Amino acid sequence: MAVELKMPALSPTMEEGTLAKWLKQEGDLVQPGDIIAEIETDKATMEFEAIDEGTLGKIMVEEGTENIAVGTVIAMLMGEGEEADDVPAPAAAAEENATSDPAPGEGKDVGRDEPGGISVPEKPQSQPKSDPTIPEGTSFTSTSVREALRDGMAEEMRRDDRVFVMGEEVAEYQGAYKVTQGLLDEFGPKRVIDTPITEYGFAGIGTGAAMGGLRPIVEFMTFNFAMQAIDHIINSAAKTNYMSGGQMRCPVVFRGPNGAASRVGAQHSQNYGPWYASVPGLVVIAPYDAADAKGLMKAAIRSEDPVVFLENELVYGRSFDVPDLDDHVLPIGKARIMREGSDVTIVSYSIGVGLSLEAADELAGQGIDAEVIDLRTLRPLDTQTILDSLAKTNRLVIAEEGWPVCSIASEVIAVCMEQGFDHLDAPVLRVCNEDVPLPYAANLEKIALIDAPRIVEAVKKVCYKD
Amino acid sequence: MAQSPKKPAKSKKASSAKSAQSDAEFVLHSLQDAHEKSPRYDASEEEMMQFYEQMLLIRRFEEKAGQLYGLGLIGGFCHLYIGQEAVAIGLQSALDNDRDSVITGYRDHGHMLAYGIDPNVIMAELTGRQAGISKGKGGSMHMFSTEHKFYGGHGIVGAQVSLGGGLALAHKYKDDGGLCLAYFGDGAANQGQVYETFNMASLWQLPIVFVIENNGYAMGTAVKRSSAETEFHRRGTAFRIPGMDVNGMDVLEVRNAAEIAFKHVRENGGPVLIECNTYRYRGHSMSDPAKYRSREEVQEKRDHHDPIEGLKKALIDGGKSEADLKAIDKAIRARVAEAADFSESSPEPEPQELYTDVLVENY
Repeated sequence: MAVELKMPALSPTMEEGTLAKWLKQEGDLVQPGDIIAEIETDKATMEFEAIDEGTLGKIMVEEGTENIAVGTVIAMLMGEGEEADDVPAPAAAAEENATSDPAPGEGKDVGRDEPGGISVPEKPQSQPKSDPTIPEGTSFTSTSVREALRDGMAEEMRRDDRVFVMGEEVAEYQGAYKVTQGLLDEFGPKRVIDTPITEYGFAGIGTGAAMGGLRPIVEFMTFNFAMQAIDHIINSAAKTNYMSGGQMRCPVVFRGPNGAASRVGAQHSQNYGPWYASVPGLVVIAPYDAADAKGLMKAAIRSEDPVVFLENELVYGRSFDVPDLDDHVLPIGKARIMREGSDVTIVSYSIGVGLSLEAADELAGQGIDAEVIDLRTLRPLDTQTILDSLAKTNRLVIAEEGWPVCSIASEVIAVCMEQGFDHLDAPVLRVCNEDVPLPYAANLEKIALIDAPRIVEAVKKVCYKD
Repeated sequence: MAQSPKKPAKSKKASSAKSAQSDAEFVLHSLQDAHEKSPRYDASEEEMMQFYEQMLLIRRFEEKAGQLYGLGLIGGFCHLYIGQEAVAIGLQSALDNDRDSVITGYRDHGHMLAYGIDPNVIMAELTGRQAGISKGKGGSMHMFSTEHKFYGGHGIVGAQVSLGGGLALAHKYKDDGGLCLAYFGDGAANQGQVYETFNMASLWQLPIVFVIENNGYAMGTAVKRSSAETEFHRRGTAFRIPGMDVNGMDVLEVRNAAEIAFKHVRENGGPVLIECNTYRYRGHSMSDPAKYRSREEVQEKRDHHDPIEGLKKALIDGGKSEADLKAIDKAIRARVAEAADFSESSPEPEPQELYTDVLVENY
């Protein structure tokens, strides 16, 4: 049977091209793989190869012809025993799959600019679960955040032998910040693995191990070094489930201290919360107190999804009450009201929560009753808790230990504008670090970072009390 | 992991210059020696026929994919495997599919077909349809089959190497006896994470076979223009990984190397690096200017080194008739045409699929 040879496209955006040269002539025998012609655009040249065997029949487009639309029949290929004249030549016009758009050249984004516009389906909404109730009579133990994180990991390692920890100095050194203290003794070197200083490589190995059915906890000594590994966190861990149509799970936890520490300079002081929270396919958790750190660490390890778990070095040593429960697991994606109030809402996360609570105490003394919300999870963001509080207080401030531009604060402001506008009695304000690399000098560092007085000041502004 | 690598007991730093011979356990060259001694796998006629059919299926499938791309039915990037068929078939035919895992980069159609995965679902992924193996959400570069322990299909050059290290770590951790076969190209071989992974794989004695498919060009850059050491099989030396230099245009040589490498990994635990010297006939991807090499060079490879023609000749010398082989080709063409029809007629994903599979759980 005769085969129509059509003008091929070199790229999805190509609409037309030049038939530069015929390398086979009418009547020539053609084998699969033979180059029949050369096609050119202003960007590239392509050799047009035969897929089928046959004899080149009628050539319908002479060489040197320009502006041939993709899909135009350029020649006929005859099968065995066919003659060129036996086959009726189709009209030399473009086929139906060629574009009818007369505009020349490339650049049209095929499949995107449909004339009637595209209707976007409604995005499914999910309702975050509430924290489990702590039974009456439960005792509490004062625990540091550092210990709470370790306890959370250890409990999950006892529960599931697929869970293991890897990272720099996590085993024999007992953790650069002592978060993995004691784990090597209990679980041995198979499950508590010291890595070389090679973040990109071990983040990839951890991600691959999750794909292979394990439950890795990958510790970064700090998240600053995870920038070397961010390709695996985003391109490998976050996207694979989607790209595989749901086949490939990647239940890995990337954890470590995030944000500014103390006098360690610009390269070691950065909050990556907004970076990771912008990526679909990731869960991002940034707890403040010890009970949340433990309960959310356990939830992160159990999650089927890749989790970025952002801790804070300055909070590691602070102690909080942790309920003495066998299995304290908290819901991912649920914010926590740390302090109820009626006049204004302060939204924060991680170390900012402590500063916000401090500010709320100060404000109470000045007659302003502030509600403080700890987001706890940055992705998915619990917008409902924010909006419910806004509906109650009508005023909102976000306190974030991080840069202001394209921040979690920006995101919360957008949410308030889009979904809470009618409840606003004042513009939402953000209190963030100064928009500079973090300086080393003690006085400059202090100026650059957020503090409670600046939160107080912003709250008074939205309450029109300044 | 727990065990330290096999090292000579004496401190290395303390001793002065030391020859490879004095380091008895340093097996850098022993696998290559074994391979060179008898470089071709002694295949039965049945196996040879199977290799022939599998390689031809890849060739015809890729030709059809190129054609569909030219017709605008396949979009984006599309990297064809034509010319490199012997590598995937030679290696994957030696795997224990119940235990072993495979991971590769974006030139992945051939590795999927080598598993016997239905050409329909692969072609339907290329055309972006719901019936595609990734529901049309991955495309040419992102295909996976966890059922077959095929872990993709990765678009970032070199990423699959450290991910493969993780798959190997999982094999060792679970003690399931499996190994990971991690493919990458001569271009990826210059990525830093490859060497990070070499180091950890050797340090922890992970069961992994690294395969460099050296097709001569990283996109349009010839290996000698990009690589200080073009003998890629030597690149594991600094990490004590034995290397093998293999003719990747001969499926029987590749299979032979696979037998030696897999046996070494299963018995000794540590990694092996195989360089398969191969050639891609088509451009890097479909939009390739083809200005960086001569047509004569491509033609020379096709005429004198083609893996399918080479095996065909061996089969005919062994008594197979030309007509038999032609009948196989015809059947494969029909199979590929069916896959193409399927991929063109299958529906696109439902719009609601936009939001599925972002996260596994609801929060």
